[in-house]
Amino acid sequence: MSRSHSPDLGRWYVIAAPYFWLFLFFLVPFFIVFKLSLSDVATSIPPYTPTFSWSTGIGDFLSKLDIENYAFIFSDPLYVNAYLSSLKIATVSTVLTLLVAYPMAYGMARAPKGWQPTLMMLVILPFWTSFLIRIYAWIGILKPEGFLTLFLMKLGLISEPLQIMNTTTAVYIGIVYSYLPFMILPLYASLEKISPTLLEAAEDLGSRPWRAFWQVTFPLSLPGVFAGCLLVFIPAVGEFVIPDLLGGSETLMIGKTLWTEFFNNRDWPLASAVAVILLLVLIVPIVVFQRQQQIEREAGR
Amino acid sequence: MKERFSWFNLTSITFGFAFLYIPILLLVIYSFNESKLVTVWGGWSTKWYSALLENQALKDAAWVTIRVGILSATIATVLGTLAAITLVRLGRFPGRTLFSGMIFAPLVMPEVITGLSLLLLFVAIGFDRGFWTITLAHITFTMCYAAIVVQARLQDFDRSVEEAAMDLGATPINTFFQVTLPIIAPSVISAWLLSFTLSLDDLVIASFTTGPGATTLPMKIYSQVRLGVTPEINAISTILIGVVTIGVLTAAYFTKRQTERQELERRRAFGATG
Repeated sequence: MSRSHSPDLGRWYVIAAPYFWLFLFFLVPFFIVFKLSLSDVATSIPPYTPTFSWSTGIGDFLSKLDIENYAFIFSDPLYVNAYLSSLKIATVSTVLTLLVAYPMAYGMARAPKGWQPTLMMLVILPFWTSFLIRIYAWIGILKPEGFLTLFLMKLGLISEPLQIMNTTTAVYIGIVYSYLPFMILPLYASLEKISPTLLEAAEDLGSRPWRAFWQVTFPLSLPGVFAGCLLVFIPAVGEFVIPDLLGGSETLMIGKTLWTEFFNNRDWPLASAVAVILLLVLIVPIVVFQRQQQIEREAGR
Repeated sequence: MKERFSWFNLTSITFGFAFLYIPILLLVIYSFNESKLVTVWGGWSTKWYSALLENQALKDAAWVTIRVGILSATIATVLGTLAAITLVRLGRFPGRTLFSGMIFAPLVMPEVITGLSLLLLFVAIGFDRGFWTITLAHITFTMCYAAIVVQARLQDFDRSVEEAAMDLGATPINTFFQVTLPIIAPSVISAWLLSFTLSLDDLVIASFTTGPGATTLPMKIYSQVRLGVTPEINAISTILIGVVTIGVLTAAYFTKRQTERQELERRRAFGATG
């Protein structure tokens, strides 16, 4: 029967376009990055060797690939330190973001119902504003003659200009500031679902508010905590703009190293090897994130 | 539940929003500063805005950015909507896990990796880098955000209206365009706006995939920011913040009105039958 046949065919038309697009522009490029990470840098266009050609054949092409770049990365402490320091900075900033976001999300979830959409809007609005501009705004605040120094000097709290700009502290502030909405939204979503009757029940049973929070509210908000932390941690590890503009030369982060190898040293194969290792470091959190999204989606049906 | 703020909640919200908004406010206020020194107030002035109008390189960059944004947001929204339908409606098919992985992974993928990998693809297939490569790259990463936005709306969609249309003899395609699309329209518009904004903001992916002659506004701003804080950048930033704010608030207003109207219609429908 044509009626039962056509929706099935139509189904494949719907799937094919986005599937093909992501396959070509998201998945295939990773294999190219991997292949390039095994190549050598060359002063040619494109700046690497070997390039595949049908005349010399695939055997010759494969024989020219090697793991030299990886050996170099692991032998040079600069790269190893950059990975470790990225992981450290991302971990610390994720915890700081959680500490700033949790009271806010909690306050929003407990705010009068009529206020909540407006508060949500106010959290989302900065996220829509350019990332670059928001980081730029902090340069004016944190630099030695910036607003923070002027403000604290006026209050008489400090007499010397603050030295925050171009330190890791500035990077922490930048990451917490930029990624705050990513943490608040999942936290708010899970806190908002908690029925106030649960807390009333805990209080009726004699639990103090603080204990009720730790034993009822916090455990129930864990899915939001988890989702928020992954949304902040994963992109923060590979962050480039924040360490570049706020961290100065003092901050070592792998996203910046990759950028430098690519744009300043024009070493595409080494940049690719740096990217492959970064991806391997992040693959576990990314898979966990993706699984969690999938579970949530199935549950949402 | 008490319908007012407790002091703790009010304090945490106030401090949180102060942290989120003070940097942006300072930036906006000081874009109207007469003084060349960014942190010293010298009286109100709009001279930095007039200076922008003279800056041809900046205007060219803005024009490239807008074209890339409109084109990539439109294609990304179409692909993202199809992807959302695939995820929510089409059940199991071979490669579904891979498909949903490819939708969610780009959301958290560090931009340097996405940028580098796309560039290497364009080089490998011999695609001339410039306007089109930025557009293709932007479609790829924004379509995933578009898919998530539309998917959220499709999930709490009452399918009985679609079934009713099909029962009355509408083809799946007719049903989609006449029933489904009008209902999910606000989320499709939000998806477009989000894609457009993300494209407008992107520095890293554009820097990797660009070629001679295609400089976007964030690339231009970035190269100037590296040289220091200037009132001109404050002015261009203020314009961008203004455009985005107006866009988001308009979208929120229309979404709210549409939801209210649908709610009203639903009540009327129930009132008529009951």
